[in-house]
Amino acid sequence: MPTVTMTVNGTQRTGTVEGRTLLAEFLREHLGLTGTHVGCDTSQCGACVVHVDGSSVKSCTCLAVQADGAEITTIEGLANGADLHPMQEAFRDHHGLQCGFCTPGMVMSAIDLANRSPDPSEHEVREWLEGNLCRCTGYHNIVKAVQAGARAMGGGS
Amino acid sequence: MSGNGTGIGASVKRKEDARFLTGRGRYTDDINLPGQLYGYILRSGMAHAKIGTVHTEAAKAAPGVHAVFTGKDMEGVGGIPTGWLIHSKDGSPMVEPPHPALATDKVRYVGDCVAIVVAETKEQARAAAHLIDVEREELPAVASIEAAEAEGAPLVFDEAPGNVCYDWEVGDRAATDAAFADAAHVVSIDVVNNRLIPNAIEPRAAIANYDPATGDYTLYTTSQNPHLVRLLLGAFVLGLPEHKLRIVAPDVGGGFGSKIPHYAEEAILTWTAGKLGRPVKWTCERIDAFKSDTHGRDHISTAKLALDADGKFLGLHVSTRANLGAYLSTFATCVPTYLYGILFAGPYTTPAVYCEVKSFFTNTVPVDALRGAGRPEATYLLERLVDKAAVELGMDRVEIRRKNFIREFPYQTPVALQYDQGDYDATLDLALKAADWDGFEGRRAEAAARGKRRGIGISTFIEACGIAPSAVVGSLGARAGLYESGSVRVHPTGSVSVFTGTHSHGQGHETTFAQIVSDMLGVDFDAVDVVHGDSAKIPFGMGTYGSRSLAVGGTAIYLAVEKVIEKGKKIAAHLLEASAEDIEFKDGSFTVAGTDRSKSLGEVALTAYVPHNYPAGLEPGLEETAFYDPLNFTFPAGTHIAEVEVDPETGEVELVAVTGADDVGRIINPMIVDGQLHGGLAHGIGQALLEECRYQEDGQLETGSYLEYTMPRAADLPSFNINHNTTLCTHNPLGAKGVGEVGSIGVPPAVINAVIDALRPLGVNDISMPATSQRVWQAIQQAQG
Repeated sequence: MPTVTMTVNGTQRTGTVEGRTLLAEFLREHLGLTGTHVGCDTSQCGACVVHVDGSSVKSCTCLAVQADGAEITTIEGLANGADLHPMQEAFRDHHGLQCGFCTPGMVMSAIDLANRSPDPSEHEVREWLEGNLCRCTGYHNIVKAVQAGARAMGGGS
Repeated sequence: MSGNGTGIGASVKRKEDARFLTGRGRYTDDINLPGQLYGYILRSGMAHAKIGTVHTEAAKAAPGVHAVFTGKDMEGVGGIPTGWLIHSKDGSPMVEPPHPALATDKVRYVGDCVAIVVAETKEQARAAAHLIDVEREELPAVASIEAAEAEGAPLVFDEAPGNVCYDWEVGDRAATDAAFADAAHVVSIDVVNNRLIPNAIEPRAAIANYDPATGDYTLYTTSQNPHLVRLLLGAFVLGLPEHKLRIVAPDVGGGFGSKIPHYAEEAILTWTAGKLGRPVKWTCERIDAFKSDTHGRDHISTAKLALDADGKFLGLHVSTRANLGAYLSTFATCVPTYLYGILFAGPYTTPAVYCEVKSFFTNTVPVDALRGAGRPEATYLLERLVDKAAVELGMDRVEIRRKNFIREFPYQTPVALQYDQGDYDATLDLALKAADWDGFEGRRAEAAARGKRRGIGISTFIEACGIAPSAVVGSLGARAGLYESGSVRVHPTGSVSVFTGTHSHGQGHETTFAQIVSDMLGVDFDAVDVVHGDSAKIPFGMGTYGSRSLAVGGTAIYLAVEKVIEKGKKIAAHLLEASAEDIEFKDGSFTVAGTDRSKSLGEVALTAYVPHNYPAGLEPGLEETAFYDPLNFTFPAGTHIAEVEVDPETGEVELVAVTGADDVGRIINPMIVDGQLHGGLAHGIGQALLEECRYQEDGQLETGSYLEYTMPRAADLPSFNINHNTTLCTHNPLGAKGVGEVGSIGVPPAVINAVIDALRPLGVNDISMPATSQRVWQAIQQAQG
């Protein structure tokens, strides 16, 4: 079985996986990072979005072996101690989450957008979130949170 | 109620967000128990088949497999029960066939549970399941209401002739017939309420454990109502006493009704863990969720409205056929009856109302509650019909509604309910203004200049929420009382734990309930924690559905706090050497009336737990429990307005504005309330424009993944314009009514009325949900001939 090594939230992690092991499974089941959620197994819902080398990726559609050598950031790696990342803070301030299940993917996806577009329009946010499903919020407050979070990030993560 | 920075009425940021935003939520699939095995449920790929021998030898011999169980192994275990008994018009009880957890003689829908494979890993369990050989004889299936009721249709159950479960009615048929005899106008409509798949983003999951040393079972499960699962699983399926069965519903990723029912998988897992003496974990894959989470809606109705010459409603007659699916899920039978037929007065003074509902078994996934449950179906029919009446009588759509509004309360409807309070004119006026209804024709003309057809639609509605008064639902056939419990424990140093039998899966109870308790007791918001979702910690509970958590569960907490204050007064009286009758409690202090002699809640609490020098007859401790059984349903009400633009070339419908003016009773946390409204609106818009569960004639699910089933995405929706006008519920001390289902109940007819309004100039007078571009384009082509 292959061995993979990747930097996860700033720490080098190594594990032995099956060839078919998904990055989402590696994070959740091998590393115990259960903040990354799996909602659909088919690359539709976006609950599993993490950053691979700085870009948002659906970790249920990426093999662990494909992420060998990569820098991974998950929802657990965003806050600096007790200080939330500006995007996390914005989701809290704007009530951009309810049950919390889609939230990790939403936040990780939103940060990627903010890195590309520091002051996104409502239209831009709604189009960007095409790959993230939420059943609770009707997206209204998520959109507000993403816009506010992007502005708070001031053009950098 | 002080309304301070964190008290009742304040948009306090949520307590639960700290863990959800940092990846520290604890959902069922995040939990792993030492020594756990993994279960995989083999499901039927056929909609209807006789089962012969299930050959499991190869699967049992596969690598890592510990056990394979089939329906034969579980014979003798009770079937999955349903919670409501419905009687037909002739007084006979509904047909209630058995629902074995694992199929025995027959499978009845694609997704029916056939076997469980338990192995060391998920992958081993899944791989071994495919080695099971099921001897099957495929039978013809009925996958729709029309197929189920056809002459000579195949029977889902031999004991249900014509596939009918019950043929129910409510209201006075003779009085309604008489109203039609006197009517100046009769307007009729046929509507289909499209079948939906709930699709909470967290798939269902469960882990069962059995401790042979104590005989205790524990089941972690994705449930909206853990105590209800304990009751049904313990008493009806496995025969386990409550004290030996603990149900934990930890963080749950959305429910929307689909996590109310007690599911077969919960029984299979718990029974299997008992057999093996090892924890067994199961997580539903999304593809299986589509064919095993209960579905919602699925009605076909015809209705007629009798009006006098001035447009006053005289009578309403509704005939509905409802699809219950293959087995009776927990709330299945009451959704199309007691949560549907009794809604048909709506906000109107219609003096005679009659509704009959015939419900059918079909070879489809069991149908149960979905956000709104029965009330969206009723509201959709009524508000489509009222719009049609306005058009046919040449009346203004707003004025016909206003002409018929109920204005005197309490109001006894002809279909069982008594509305306690409301102001339907106020929400209507508020919505019209907020939506700039009067300026619409200008916007229509502007759109027309761009080649678009613009339309506006309205819906005025009531709900029946805060489910439910036990005596009332008992008389209606519920097998449980639908009260709620609340416990408040003041700790020795003054912090507070609150225990509720409701369950939060997105609603923010940990925040809202803490606001109530902190406000009432005058303690810091951060010093109050809310505990829910664990039958070992909570006295009892009926869970969260039917917009009941605040009105029923919140009231139980309110009453428990009142008891704590009463007890605190006795302790304070002792400490202050006064009479308990003379003690006043305000802002966290017990004071002898008319003096400055007082003791803080913290001092009283410490004394309660360190009761040196305590008076005789007073118990130590400061903890109280209240059970609250509501006196009536609550009746949120409102007006929703939708505005659309249709591209006549493509049939594409763009939803350009959604305005709501809602009366949800007392608002504890406006931020959370608006969030609930947004979510409900999105769900209702999904039903109106995007979502539709379809089966092929042979019972194969056509919309079995997110590729075929259209979920609302961010770009499908506008931002929402939310407004409030509050009247208080008169029969609970909080004045709370409920908010969780408002959007999904009120908005679908507003959207469809808007689409029809846009297309009427093209000759289109009807459109079914969901109004997809294909359906709209076809309607335009047909109308244009």
